[in-house]
Amino acid sequence: MSVASFDSMSAELRQRRTRFWAMSAIGLVLALIAPQLLYSVFLMMALCFALFASSFNLLFGYLGLLSFGHAAFFGGAAYATGWAIRDWGFTPELGILFGGMVAGAMGLAVGVLAVRRTGIYFAMITFALAEFVYFLANQLPFTGGENGLTDVPRRAALGFIDIGTSGRLYYFILAVIALSIWALWRIVHSPFGNVLKAIHQNEPRAISLGYDVQKYKIVAFVLSAFFSGIAGGAKVLVFQFAALADVHWSNSGEPVMMTLMGGMGTTLGPSIGAFFVTALQFYLAELGEWVTIIYGGIFMIFVLALRRGVLGEAPDMIRKLRRLFTKRAAR
Amino acid sequence: MDWNLTWEAVAQAIMLGLMNGAFYALLSLGLSITFGILDIVNFAHGAMYMMGAFVGWMLLSYFGIGFWPALILAPLAIGLFGILIERTMLVRLYGLHHIYGLLLTFGMARVIEGLFRIRFSVSGQRYPVPDLLKGGLDLGFIYMPIYRVWVIVASLAICFGIWFAINGTRLGSYLRASIENASLVRAFGINVPRLVTLTFGLGAGLAGLTGVLAAPIFSVSPLMGSSIIVVVFAVVVIGGLGSIMGSILGGFALGIVEALTQAFYSQASHVGIFIAMGIVLLIKQGGLSGSTARVT
Repeated sequence: MSVASFDSMSAELRQRRTRFWAMSAIGLVLALIAPQLLYSVFLMMALCFALFASSFNLLFGYLGLLSFGHAAFFGGAAYATGWAIRDWGFTPELGILFGGMVAGAMGLAVGVLAVRRTGIYFAMITFALAEFVYFLANQLPFTGGENGLTDVPRRAALGFIDIGTSGRLYYFILAVIALSIWALWRIVHSPFGNVLKAIHQNEPRAISLGYDVQKYKIVAFVLSAFFSGIAGGAKVLVFQFAALADVHWSNSGEPVMMTLMGGMGTTLGPSIGAFFVTALQFYLAELGEWVTIIYGGIFMIFVLALRRGVLGEAPDMIRKLRRLFTKRAAR
Repeated sequence: MDWNLTWEAVAQAIMLGLMNGAFYALLSLGLSITFGILDIVNFAHGAMYMMGAFVGWMLLSYFGIGFWPALILAPLAIGLFGILIERTMLVRLYGLHHIYGLLLTFGMARVIEGLFRIRFSVSGQRYPVPDLLKGGLDLGFIYMPIYRVWVIVASLAICFGIWFAINGTRLGSYLRASIENASLVRAFGINVPRLVTLTFGLGAGLAGLTGVLAAPIFSVSPLMGSSIIVVVFAVVVIGGLGSIMGSILGGFALGIVEALTQAFYSQASHVGIFIAMGIVLLIKQGGLSGSTARVT
């Protein structure tokens, strides 16, 4: 490799890094003042789903593996976190970490089975195994069955920071989610992440280069499950309960839809999709069942016409609009 | 857990399993044919099954049209609906990764289910057993309702009819050839796009037919599709997607596995199926039928 190309590569890397930090700085400022403008429970819910979708995107966007069973990790961790905080007296951050680790362990079990197949089979295997987790959540004694696991207290974070009110809790949740999304960004742009992208682009070549593809897929799956678990654990702190809806298969569809709408394989796309979808569900809640229909309809339009999502399509749209305007001006 | 089962209870469970298996076989058969030709896993297959049941129910309660005409009319309606979906939407996804077909039909399933929930709420509607199939057979050790026997027989007849249509007729040979090499078949002057459309219609119609068959047994509810599609996915993974024989055998076998699990440990009905799926995946990667997407 010549020196020049090496330089241009590091320049590109530097540019990407500046862009990421600039975007995150803007995002962080927005996030800090957001509770002044919007309802904080809505914001926390959107943050949890932003992480849920981002962790799903690690698999789908960068590795091309469509998991249709991520609700198992989100919901499984929700139960684990709730149980650890309520019955074992864990502090919130340890509870969330415990939830993430339980989800990671579940991810290992599911991943070992699922990575044996790709494409559509992968989706169906994860879907079926998540149903198995749903069954367990419904039957096991400590989940509370139909009622769910309720009355999870909001203990002081780290043992001394009071997060009892929604206003205070928001900043705690923001810290957890921002840290996790940053970690995901690091993973994607690490040598490990590059191997994932290589596997996505050309699996036989990655194998012939000596990479143990199956192992990489399993590790990515475990990481994705772990961060989905963090999202599920954070959600328990917000609503103070874990319920069957968290592990239900329709919840597995949420990150899929959010990621596709926002733009798969982009850093911030899944978060944008998550905010959009959560806003739809939150502010149109009085429409009841119609929300599901509108949501499903919008998703179909994205699959049919806007497959690259908001972030993917936006540059093209802007270019087209600009061309339209310059033409008018010339005339 | 109950290990002291009588032989009667086991026989009863096997008969129940055969009946459930009849539905699983029909549904996974439709799913498999669609996948074999279109390379699309139809997530809305369960929704189409539910629509079939509702069309049957509506024909009876709004127009007084009974079970036997509904067995023809409902599949036709759902088949036409399928053709419409294929022509307007799925056609835009050909050539893309088959994940997009799954995603589109997933959104569609939610829309369809949502619409039916608004119109009919989640409570089930009852559909009477047709007069001809009322009553039951007392075989001495077990009692069999005639309708259940009819379901098993009808399912077997339809499955083997379709197996024969694909393996024994000229149209079937075109179909199999287009799976192997669509462009070559087109070069021979066969209208492959029309064949694809008709296949999707056939798969949808099959789901509708299964819905009508299921109406007198299960209550007709907007949720019936999404609850059965989970098991059907497991059947399809075990039987091998795109394999007709795999779907039929897998459907019946899993029905029996499920019913036996249920007899021994009543809360765990679905667990047996997923354990079976896990074992098959660990031992044999391509599903029981071996090769990947092939209609054989």
